[in-house]
Amino acid sequence: MIHKIAQLLKTNKARLLDGWFQKQLASETLRDDLMTNDELRAQSEELVNALTKTIHEENISQPDSSDFDEVFEILADITAQRARQGFSPRETGLFIFSLKETILDLLADLGADDEVMLFQESRKVSHLLDNFAIITFETFIKSREEVILRQTEEISDISTPVIQVWDGILALPIIGTLDSARTQVVMENLLQKIVDTGSSIAILDISGVPAVDSLVAQHLIKTVSATRLMGADCIISGIRPEIAQTIVHLGIDLTNIVTKASLASALRYAFGLQRLTVKRVETDKKAF
Amino acid sequence: MLTTLSKDTMAIMREQDVVPLRNRVKEVAVKIGMGLVNQTKLITAASELVRNMLRYGNGGDVLIEVVSKGREVGVRLTFSDRGPGIPDINLAMQDGYSTGRSLGLGLPGTKRLMNEFSIQSTVGQGTVVSIVKWKNG
Repeated sequence: MIHKIAQLLKTNKARLLDGWFQKQLASETLRDDLMTNDELRAQSEELVNALTKTIHEENISQPDSSDFDEVFEILADITAQRARQGFSPRETGLFIFSLKETILDLLADLGADDEVMLFQESRKVSHLLDNFAIITFETFIKSREEVILRQTEEISDISTPVIQVWDGILALPIIGTLDSARTQVVMENLLQKIVDTGSSIAILDISGVPAVDSLVAQHLIKTVSATRLMGADCIISGIRPEIAQTIVHLGIDLTNIVTKASLASALRYAFGLQRLTVKRVETDKKAF
Repeated sequence: MLTTLSKDTMAIMREQDVVPLRNRVKEVAVKIGMGLVNQTKLITAASELVRNMLRYGNGGDVLIEVVSKGREVGVRLTFSDRGPGIPDINLAMQDGYSTGRSLGLGLPGTKRLMNEFSIQSTVGQGTVVSIVKWKNG
């Protein structure tokens, strides 16, 4: 009789673990390149131990019971680790589904004489293990999302470099879309760098900005105003012909801001403000 | 008589949807051979309207169509949201008027950038803005 399924799992723990492990080894989705068999065995053992320890006849039909917290935690750990190691969602999902299969096999082996009971107990096990699988999916996606979030932050950090092109002259090439969050980062980096280097001219290069709409323009104007409050002049360079036409039609007023078509002409203008000239030196050819 | 040659819808829910929409609009514009200046105008207008939609209308849908009228080919974009609507469209179409502390150029600027522009809004039900940019317009 198998109406005490929890008891059955506890007494057949070794057999269950062995069966599950063999099933995973035989599976096509086994990734022994990402994880050694010993590690896999340890993971499987940990989960089976926790499951057989916490399960009893009452909570088996309450998959959300807090009794399973320990199992959930172990599952979440294993899944997060797998997501980092580069397992596919399928491989991660099959980890838990193969456990379900093994338990169902075990049930069928030990209780084949009573079909009604077998069906009822199988349903309970199914329900419980499906809930585990859902937790696996959730954790897996969450781990991936964390990776994406971190990358987004990294991108916004590396995509706003402030370069000192000359003594007292800073250049800030802006690449991509300038939204509110990005403007904040750009402005902070620029203003800090102005203080650090004691620069008096900042060049904002928007060659890499695909479209300048009124919001981007507003952000640019704000950045320029903040720079001026710090006592530095601000030049916007890299205004392409199509962008210039669009800005005019939109009705954005940039007349109070010095704008240049290219970074080179902005730099020349900045040199003028600094009273610097660039000269080609007449050299003696023999020197080279 | 306006004929629709192809259509595509995109749902806009978050600020992250703005860039994919712009890229999609650009793709369509490039496909019909629109010049760089008109492309930029169209993308900028799309960007304005989609930002409005996100900011005031809690997102909505954008219909991207390739349309033709006679020998002209162009792109029509229809932005529909289920936001609070605009009580006074004439006021909203004025340069420099904004309820959101922005430059107030989005709607009037878009109208200047486009060949055709229409706006319908019902308070409490939402706003629909439709714009057309001809390939050689």
